Amino acid sequence: MSLTPYVPLVVLFGLATVFAVFSVTIGPYIGPRRINKAKLEAYECGIEPTPTPPGGSRFPVKFYLTAMLFIIFDIEIVFLYPWAVAFDSLGMFGFVEMLLFIVTVFVAYTYVWRRGGLDWD
Amino acid sequence: MNDIQLPPIDYAALLPMLIVFGLACVGILAEAFVPRKHRFAVQATLTLAALIAGLVTVIINRDLEVTTIGGAVTIDGAGLFLQGIILVLGIVAFGLIAERRLERGGAFVANAAHAADSDGDKKQLNEAGATEIFPLTLFAIAGMMLFCVSGDLLTMFVALEVFSLPLYLMCGLARRRRLLSQESALKYFLLGAFASAFFLYGVALIYGYAGSVQLVAIKQSVLDSDKSGVLLAAGLALLAIGLLFKAAAVPFHVWTPDVYQGAPTPITALMAACVKAAAFGGLLRVFNVAFETTSWDWRPVITAVAMATMIVGSILAVTQTDIKRLLAYSSIANAGYLLVGVVSLGGAVGSSMFYLVAYGFSVLAAFGMVTLVRDADGEATHLSRWAGLGKGSPLFSAMFTIIMLGFAGIPLTSGFSSKFALFSSAWDANQSALVIVGVLSSVVLAFPYLKVVVLLWLNPPGDETPTVSVPGYLTRAVVGVGVLATIVLGVAPSWLLDMVNSAGTFLAK
Amino acid sequence: MDSITYADATGALSSMWLLVAIPAVSAAVLLLLGKRADKWGHWLGVAAVLAAFGLAVTYFFQLKGLDNRSAALNLFEFIHIGGLEVNVGLLFDPLTAVFVLLITGVGFLIHVYAVGYMSHDPGRRRFFAYFNLFVAAMLLLVLGDNYVMLYAGWEGVGLASYLLISFWYERPAAATAGKKAFLINRVGDVGFALAIFLMFATFGTTDYAKVFNGVLESEAGQTVSAGVLLALGLLLLLGACGKSGQFPLQTWLPDAMEGPTPVSALIHAATMVTAGVYMIARSATIFNANETAQTVVVSIGALTLLIGCIIGCAKDGIKRVLAYSTVSQIGYMFLAVGLGGGAYALGIIHLLAHGFFKAGLFLGAGSVMHGMKDQEDIRRYGGLWKHMKITWATFGLGWLAIIGMFPFSGFFTKDPIILSAFNREGWTGWLYGGAALLGAGLTAFYMTRLFVLTFHGKPRWEMEKHGDHHADGDEAHHAGIKQTADGRDIQHPHESPLIMTIPLIVLALGSVFAGYLMSTSVVDWLTPVLGDAPEEHGRLSHGTVTVLTLGVVVIGAAIAFLLFRNGTELVERPARTHIVRAARNNLYADRFNELVFELPGRLLTRALVWVDNRGVDGIVNGLAAAFGGGSGRLRRLQTGYVRTYALSILSGAVLVVAALLAVRLG
Repeated sequence: MSLTPYVPLVVLFGLATVFAVFSVTIGPYIGPRRINKAKLEAYECGIEPTPTPPGGSRFPVKFYLTAMLFIIFDIEIVFLYPWAVAFDSLGMFGFVEMLLFIVTVFVAYTYVWRRGGLDWD
Repeated sequence: MNDIQLPPIDYAALLPMLIVFGLACVGILAEAFVPRKHRFAVQATLTLAALIAGLVTVIINRDLEVTTIGGAVTIDGAGLFLQGIILVLGIVAFGLIAERRLERGGAFVANAAHAADSDGDKKQLNEAGATEIFPLTLFAIAGMMLFCVSGDLLTMFVALEVFSLPLYLMCGLARRRRLLSQESALKYFLLGAFASAFFLYGVALIYGYAGSVQLVAIKQSVLDSDKSGVLLAAGLALLAIGLLFKAAAVPFHVWTPDVYQGAPTPITALMAACVKAAAFGGLLRVFNVAFETTSWDWRPVITAVAMATMIVGSILAVTQTDIKRLLAYSSIANAGYLLVGVVSLGGAVGSSMFYLVAYGFSVLAAFGMVTLVRDADGEATHLSRWAGLGKGSPLFSAMFTIIMLGFAGIPLTSGFSSKFALFSSAWDANQSALVIVGVLSSVVLAFPYLKVVVLLWLNPPGDETPTVSVPGYLTRAVVGVGVLATIVLGVAPSWLLDMVNSAGTFLAK
Repeated sequence: MDSITYADATGALSSMWLLVAIPAVSAAVLLLLGKRADKWGHWLGVAAVLAAFGLAVTYFFQLKGLDNRSAALNLFEFIHIGGLEVNVGLLFDPLTAVFVLLITGVGFLIHVYAVGYMSHDPGRRRFFAYFNLFVAAMLLLVLGDNYVMLYAGWEGVGLASYLLISFWYERPAAATAGKKAFLINRVGDVGFALAIFLMFATFGTTDYAKVFNGVLESEAGQTVSAGVLLALGLLLLLGACGKSGQFPLQTWLPDAMEGPTPVSALIHAATMVTAGVYMIARSATIFNANETAQTVVVSIGALTLLIGCIIGCAKDGIKRVLAYSTVSQIGYMFLAVGLGGGAYALGIIHLLAHGFFKAGLFLGAGSVMHGMKDQEDIRRYGGLWKHMKITWATFGLGWLAIIGMFPFSGFFTKDPIILSAFNREGWTGWLYGGAALLGAGLTAFYMTRLFVLTFHGKPRWEMEKHGDHHADGDEAHHAGIKQTADGRDIQHPHESPLIMTIPLIVLALGSVFAGYLMSTSVVDWLTPVLGDAPEEHGRLSHGTVTVLTLGVVVIGAAIAFLLFRNGTELVERPARTHIVRAARNNLYADRFNELVFELPGRLLTRALVWVDNRGVDGIVNGLAAAFGGGSGRLRRLQTGYVRTYALSILSGAVLVVAALLAVRLG
């Protein structure tokens, strides 16, 4: 068995490692250092972080609900990519199947929406 | 790039599962759009319709033998019979799940996640229960149906998760004794996930050995392959652990008593009847199709597990003081008897399936009757509370006696005919040691059952003896069907035995 | 022997399923109707058994007219799986016929008696329901045409017996005795169940005819190894020993006397306990084919008959003595059926005669207790013959019958057994014959002691003064017995009502005449089933043995009479010798059972429960109790257990993987 097909893969790994190490090490040297409140806080998608006492505590279960909903659609996207790539060879059959899949996810979405899972309060 | 070959799909063969899955999705939509006060009626009708339609299509398909979707699903006689069992027992269990006369709002609460004893939890005590229970039941049953006809291990895994996840949730919905219920749900979930991991790891190792996850291909590579058997043996062991967990075999039984006790009784009934059927359907298929040729390797181990299961289950049942825990240990011991059927391979498939039917009906009736013995705090499950019930409720006690005698294997009940059929086919397959342990263990196991009978009839009622609720027509039907089946299958079982024998065995090509 | 075939049932015999159905339906009606049937329920029970008796007589006469002397009725297919086919089928042949007549006939009398005996008991309807259930199961047992049906009846009578022993659940002793009977019987049932599976594996069937023909063919062609036949015989014997109270499983039978007296009479004397004898006689072909198995049967019979006699001498409860005498008499029957050949029939006629006189004795004992405020201790009786003349007379006839006095029935049935035992080939004949002879003497001794202490001598109780209240029924029976200053009971003995004494009289007549009537006719009648009785050509002639036996019996009775005619002390004297102490302790049989059967089971249970408690679920109960309510409990419980559970699963997984790898690599 020849290993030649794997050479590009190894090269890619190498490049990725070099890039990561380079980015992390070079940042502190060339960037300006201006410490402020926003920089010290936890990153939460640009939204003001949820106030928690030091040492951690309970926080609303709603975050988890939203997170779970996000994962459902995330997985949907993951499925859509390979389908899109193979769309031509799958043809009409693939289209219908994917439609069914989306409908199924949509059923769950409708349930969540109607039962108030998307309302924050 | 090659064109992707679409695997042929036999929709007719898949129809029963498609119906149940599809109507479960419709149930979710109904949950979203039907006004609150009509929801219960709509959901109950929908569920019953789905189960009956599924059963009808299974019956129409009865002579089908086909492998479809690229080997992911194998429809064969045994598989269809198992699907039929699951649907029939599911229809009976539906009666318990839909019962709303025994308790205001049914046996379930609307929201499993409220912390026990919190304000929200107290408030929902008097509210109508969750109607989501119906689509969840449908998903679970459809998952079990798929589990029994899976042609490859990955489909099997998916099916396993599909039927497990709704069950984890349903366990936490009990209206009374919320703490126990939530505890059982969490335990079942964590341990179930643990066991699933074993299963998946086993699938991976077997793929490493056979280069395929299809049961038929695994069988072929066992015959052909010159690879080291270590991968195969380790993979098989891990796979078996995942399945034995669901089947509640010792030492993977630890969750059973707690979960059976904590879960709402209708769900416990569903687990004891349908999940048992599905789990053993899967076990029988895996061992009969994929690993039959390597039986020299696994037989000693599964034999030991079966013996341990029979012994531990029956002996621990003796010391139980709670009827639900007693039934849980008895279900463990019965898992041991069914494992005897698994070890005996081909010849015992029919009698194992017969056993599943007989046991399923009896256990549904038993749990159905457990829901009837109530006091102000809900079901009174402690055995001391059952003392002397025969005085005030002779009909109830007589029926419960029949069920107990059935479990004890007294002749002219289904417990005897099923054990007799199973043990004689095992003896025929040269598993005499297992049969001897089985007979001994069933002798021990008879004792706790008869203790309950004596408790019912021969003990004076205490001050605290609860009343037996007048059952609603649904529970009445469930109990009636269960008791009737126990007697009919005990007195004249031959028609069903003919049916399981003519259903044939698992398709292995 | 020619191959065995059974003719199909014709005519009236094709309705023989009614024999089982009638009492079964009656039992169901009594149970389901509940209180509504309290008023007339007992009469329904009696009528059901009477109807069965009527049918039995009809069938008997029809069978007499048949050439083949057998009638098989196949009702429907029960289980058909793989090569195994079991039918629900009935068989009425001479052996079955005599049992059916015994069960329904004696059963009817005892039912009638029970109407009177249980008249004060609030649970009388329930009692008759169980009693009818028992009759149905017992009839199924003897009517089945295959071993699975036999097993079905076998379990049914066990269940009924269990329910009836624990009938007076207020008494802890009754509850314990019920459990004991159940457990020990299950030990025997295991043997029987395994025998059925072995039978299926060897012959592929459990039908009498096919199994027996299989055995006969294999004898000719040696197709089945002797080891298998021996195992089959021994497993069946284990079942028989459990049901019939034979060594080493005899201890439950005396304890079973805690049940109401009619139960003791019907189930634990006349019918159920003889099921073991029926099974061995029915399986004659299997036992004939294996000499070792026969020797074991004979030895167990001889041993048990001596054990029963010895313990019987040391007991003071009237029902206890009778119970041990039952153990001992069944020992005689085992001895007879073990001898094989013509002795099978001797065992059966002794069984039938025993059914009469023992039922009579038990009912008599019940009548005595009825008049003596349920006092059981024969030390506290004496001189009762004046107060209950009918009971005295009938009991006396039963006594003469059981000790084998000429011309009462025991003489005609026990004598030939002793003779056959002596005529067994080789030195063992002397051994077994000697044991049987000694047993006869001992029986005479302890039965005479019982009779004399109960009915003769000076009263060892005080007559209730006139004007003292004489409460009938429950109150008197349960209030306890008042005593005089010197420890004697204050009693008011009286004869029982007619409904109880009439059955006594009928049974007493049976004890007198049955033996003589049956000694030849029944033996001939049974020939088609059990084979011809071979010519006696033994070392001892019939006359010699008769004289010997009668001599021993007279000596035993005379010693007992001389020792006890002046009564005895009110309380037990301390045992002076080891033999007496051992006999009073039932020859330590309970101890033996405890060590052999109970102890390992208990240790195993305890160990398992301990492991379970430590590892897993006892903590649920323990902690739940300890922590009371509150959500703190939830958290603690969860963190405590899932970890442990997961650990248990993990260790199991490691074991399974390791074991599979070991098998693979090993």
